[in-house]
Amino acid sequence: MNTLDIAATLYEETVPGGGHLSFILRRGQVLRITDLEGGANVSLMLLNAHQPSERLNLPDTLKGQHTFRLGEGHCLYSDMGRVLAAIVSDSCGWHDPVGGVLNAEEVQAKYGAGRYQELRNGFFRNGTDNLLVELGKWNLGLEDLLMVINLFSKVTVDAEGRFHFVPGHSKAGDHVSLYAPMDTLVLLTALQHPMDPEPQYRPRPVQLTWTATHSDGLSTACRQSRPENARAFHNTDRFHL
Amino acid sequence: MTMHLIPSERRPEDAVFRHVIPAGEPYLFEVKAGQTLRLLDLEGNQAVDTLFYSAASPRERYDPQRTLRRQNQVYLSTGSVLYSNLGRPLLTIVADTCGRHDTLGGACAQESNSVRYALGKRYMHSCRDNFLCACLHDGRLGKRDVGANINFFMNVPVTPEGGLTFEDGVSAPGKYVELRAEMDVIVLISNCPQLNNPCNGWNPTPAEVLVWN
Repeated sequence: MNTLDIAATLYEETVPGGGHLSFILRRGQVLRITDLEGGANVSLMLLNAHQPSERLNLPDTLKGQHTFRLGEGHCLYSDMGRVLAAIVSDSCGWHDPVGGVLNAEEVQAKYGAGRYQELRNGFFRNGTDNLLVELGKWNLGLEDLLMVINLFSKVTVDAEGRFHFVPGHSKAGDHVSLYAPMDTLVLLTALQHPMDPEPQYRPRPVQLTWTATHSDGLSTACRQSRPENARAFHNTDRFHL
Repeated sequence: MTMHLIPSERRPEDAVFRHVIPAGEPYLFEVKAGQTLRLLDLEGNQAVDTLFYSAASPRERYDPQRTLRRQNQVYLSTGSVLYSNLGRPLLTIVADTCGRHDTLGGACAQESNSVRYALGKRYMHSCRDNFLCACLHDGRLGKRDVGANINFFMNVPVTPEGGLTFEDGVSAPGKYVELRAEMDVIVLISNCPQLNNPCNGWNPTPAEVLVWN
């Protein structure tokens, strides 16, 4: 990343393990997400902040870039052929597009009972409910809860088509930076990956850092990494005519 | 991947319903709980882009990530249970003479064609236009309801290194897949019109749906 393109930090916040948050990442801003302790996982959704029927489309994203792994240089496409976010920096090399999120029943089956009544704010949260709550805050609903990206997690596919979760993929200090070339509604929750075999409910915290950019120069590598990305950025630029 | 091809004993003349979907067209219909649906690739290498919804409450629909996670397998074939976003079985694949069906490739669209191939490909016909047209005519569904679909008869291998490619189909004339409905479902199909990649063998052709009680 060309640090000359980055202005001062706008804001910083720590999301505790199990936490959930949504906000608009403004056009030209960068969101850096940092794994503070190692072993974090962040389930991420992206939508057009002004017309949220336009949203992250993982099949378009994967087939457009001929990849199953997401990392630096990749763009995250909406279903309208635009770039909701570009991965301009990444120390992990692989973020997972397939694992999804668990619901309440699946969390109870995996970790046992963990109610608020006994555990207070340490209760066992689940990705479906966390993301539904954030969707509800923008007057969205179950219909809008589509495929999510699980940042910091790696799941490989073997020759037979079976999945293999790779433990210990993300280390303390690992980070990923998302550049928004349009106003993008970001919804996220910091919970363990559904395929993580760890038997204890122990979601890790992440740090969020917002910065402004002086130009879109830091997206150049993403624009140029594939001709498809150049066209998706073209569609995004055209959107702002 | 080892493919287990499981044929069906059902005879087309016993079907209670049959409909041929011409190349490139949408089709929306319902299948009742307990009925069996066959999707038939009449001429071979035809991608049949399909979405499923609960007929009783269409906000409950096919959930690709939960479906893949629960079977720990990226491709669909006989024995695959298609789960809903509420974690309930929508349908189960009970026969399959093709052996592998794609879950990650999604549907083509004007907008994605402009990204994948060339800006000028925007005006070619596409699956998501088909989905929208069928949804809006039906009235129960709209754009928000069009999520990631299944591509029956389509071959999109994932490599251990994390690559993803569109390959020539593993299907052939007369190949089919059969699904038993576990609840009353709305079936939304686009018989794919894509001409820019080999998913239809460069030649979109008709597909047939058959339903047995």
